[in-house]
Amino acid sequence: MLTTLRVRRYNPEDPQPGPFFEDYKLELDPSDSVLDGLIKVRETLDDSLALRCSCRGAICGSCGMRINGHAALACKTKVMSLTQSGDTIEVEPMNNMPVIKDLVTDMAPFWEKISQVQPWLKPSEPPPVGEYLASPESMNHLAGVMSCIMCGVCVSDCTVLEVDTSFVGPAALAKAYRFVADPRDTSTTLRLETLNQPSGMWDCTRCMECIQVCPKGVGPMDRIMALRAKGLEEKVPSTCGSRHAEVFTDIIKHKGILDEPMLAVRTFGLKHVGRLLEMIPMVMQSVFKGKVPLAGPLHRPISSIQHIQRLFTRVRKKS
Amino acid sequence: MTSPPFYDVLVVGAGLAGMRAALSAHQHGASVAILTKVHPVRSHSNAAQGGINAALTDRGDAWEDHAFETVKGSDYLGDQDAVEVLAQEAGQDIITLEHMGVIFNRNEEGRLGTRRFGGQKKARTFFVSDFTGQAMLHVLYEQLMQAKVPVYEEWFVTSLVKDEKGHCAGLVAFEIRTGDFSLFRAKTVIMASGGLGRVYEPSTNALICTGDGMALAYRAGAPLMDMEMVQYHPTTLKGKGLLITEAARGEGAYLLNKDGDRFMKHYAPTMLELASRDVVSRAEQIEINEGRGMNGCVFLDCRHLGRSMLQDRLGQIYAEAKTFANIDLAVDPLPIRPGMHYQMGGIKTDTEGRCWDIHQQWKGLPGLFAAGETACVSLHGGNRLGANSLLDTIVFGRRAGHCAAEYARAIPPPAISEHLMETDQDLVRSLLARGGQGERAAALRLEMGRTMNRYVSVFREHDGLETARQRIQELKARWPAITVQDKGQVFNTSIMAVLELSFMLDCAETIIEGARIRKESRGAHFRTDYLDRDDEEWLQHILLYHQPENNPHADFLPVTITQWQPQIRVY
Repeated sequence: MLTTLRVRRYNPEDPQPGPFFEDYKLELDPSDSVLDGLIKVRETLDDSLALRCSCRGAICGSCGMRINGHAALACKTKVMSLTQSGDTIEVEPMNNMPVIKDLVTDMAPFWEKISQVQPWLKPSEPPPVGEYLASPESMNHLAGVMSCIMCGVCVSDCTVLEVDTSFVGPAALAKAYRFVADPRDTSTTLRLETLNQPSGMWDCTRCMECIQVCPKGVGPMDRIMALRAKGLEEKVPSTCGSRHAEVFTDIIKHKGILDEPMLAVRTFGLKHVGRLLEMIPMVMQSVFKGKVPLAGPLHRPISSIQHIQRLFTRVRKKS
Repeated sequence: MTSPPFYDVLVVGAGLAGMRAALSAHQHGASVAILTKVHPVRSHSNAAQGGINAALTDRGDAWEDHAFETVKGSDYLGDQDAVEVLAQEAGQDIITLEHMGVIFNRNEEGRLGTRRFGGQKKARTFFVSDFTGQAMLHVLYEQLMQAKVPVYEEWFVTSLVKDEKGHCAGLVAFEIRTGDFSLFRAKTVIMASGGLGRVYEPSTNALICTGDGMALAYRAGAPLMDMEMVQYHPTTLKGKGLLITEAARGEGAYLLNKDGDRFMKHYAPTMLELASRDVVSRAEQIEINEGRGMNGCVFLDCRHLGRSMLQDRLGQIYAEAKTFANIDLAVDPLPIRPGMHYQMGGIKTDTEGRCWDIHQQWKGLPGLFAAGETACVSLHGGNRLGANSLLDTIVFGRRAGHCAAEYARAIPPPAISEHLMETDQDLVRSLLARGGQGERAAALRLEMGRTMNRYVSVFREHDGLETARQRIQELKARWPAITVQDKGQVFNTSIMAVLELSFMLDCAETIIEGARIRKESRGAHFRTDYLDRDDEEWLQHILLYHQPENNPHADFLPVTITQWQPQIRVY
């Protein structure tokens, strides 16, 4: 099948560094991976195309890149899943990272964020003579998050990182979860307190991109939610992030409808007058765009509030 | 960049052996740094799936049993003093790994769980689902981060350097990101650069496994030992040759020919699918050659294991079979065939990881150490047991790091001059300047790989080896005319491919030479023109020394025997 790989090139040494798109037309088997195609380009058409790759089997994490707009491992992405008739496939470097050359990104900021969560076990000392005891369930549970190969694909497509580069990011948070959930780690409270800070676990907006793109089924967003739940459970000192979740729940429980002004006031707290005043421009915009309901900013509970409250009781009972 | 600081211990390679060595040297007070071609977690250790062996006495296991099975597995070419060390120290090393945080599988009592593995009667393989290598590699990197050991990430080593006394004193490398060369001075260098799978095509190995360290040491005067002992893993996928772990057979999977027959009963009546890898690979190849295969493959049958068990303990290969072979292991048998996988041979070391002999019985390179697949102690002799390689990297990585740290304490700082970089800088410059359209490195590599897979694989004989030798010589003659399109300094992977090819050609030459010299069949080296194992003539290692423009020079070392006299080897 004759296919075109449209690759975003960038060469810092060129007088015209780019980026620009370059088309490579080549004969590909539908069962080939995009990586097979790129290697074929390198070996037969243009060996100046720079990319990272190693294992070809989705275990080393080297070949993360954006394919048709979504981050993925090139070795795991089959041409036939993208086109059955030779349509052009767009290949670009991962997003949210500086580009060194062509498809090679600078992963230093990625690793910086990983190291921020202190990603090593802090077990009780002194260690036992033999192994630390741990239940089979606890270790099996960790297998999911330990499957992370640090490929960066989740970070590439994280929509929060696009607008806030200080966010620690899905990979680092998933890694942090790995330690919080490890019964041998004695640093849970301290870890949660750190993750509770700005740019930490409360900054995820739950867009699901990381879950969608992760090639190893790590489910970073689910781990972030689990961290939040653990933080609330352990009653780490509240921050705007945790209060937002608690107040949201509380408002729905009592009013059956989201009272957004109340949400803002109670999340920030009346002490933080500055934060509240900062919201005025956004509130004005909302009013002009018709996003503030006619019933006014102060909602009354809905008529069928008792059904909402029965739902709450049911869910509480089940968990 | 400005000259890097000098180090007591400089480790090349950041896989399991390299990182374990660096941690060990660091803990023993040495100044250490690691140089690596790829980020540590991209190292090929991450592809090891099945597990890591250890005999724990409190489980009613005995290290002597593990040692004997390793020696038998090696077809009696393994040095028994080294194997004893491996088996004795394994238990403590597993516990240390667990203390570092590895999420080993647990039994109902919360203690470390085990599974069965090839060549061993007892279940003594500790594991993390079926991604044990990755699970260990990432934990070692975490420990390295915590210890703040400096890592020169994405640096490519072009030569080892020696001082005037011929003592290893550092290396020349360039930073991949900028193309800039640096001279690294070190009291000791630990080579932990992994295997050479890409010498073969196909291979289970990653693209980075190009025998760099073996060639670098060889060119600097260290001998390569037992290079003919190349392991073909019994269960690899057709096409790219991706690995399917032995753990599948350890958990009870069968090997079937096209008639649905469990053929291993004819070749290894006791151990069946869990015989040693060379025995199983040969059995499969015979079935295929005699027409009982299908499309060049036999089958791995996991259906009776059940989907839930597959997803639990073999989850990674379950996904791999779906993604890369389009097979649901719970429903269909998986076509597999033997594929090149591991190099038992490598840079000769003693039991402390030294690449020279303090008793002067063989010539080496003082100041150079080696560990992991790159090294040949020899632990694995003619054939490696599954789950012994992960163990090798940890035990002997630790020992090499320790020994290097101690050794460095007693010697003065290295005295070498910057001009030692010039040869390599000139080579790269000339490669970049070479005009016109010569051959591509990739084309030569493919020819080399196919030649090796045809003539130096499961079955070898004189004429095939001679053909291979000539082909490699031809390829070496064509190497100087290779051209690259990428003329830049930044991340020039083409230059790397050319340099890697030259490493691989040197390695290929030594594999063929060892195979030609060894006129017997032992372990993975099976000659159809010398069918029997010949303990009278060949209970010895073959050491090959580099002779530029000439055949390698061969020396011999007897195998060290402590407890186990060679016996007839049946499974």
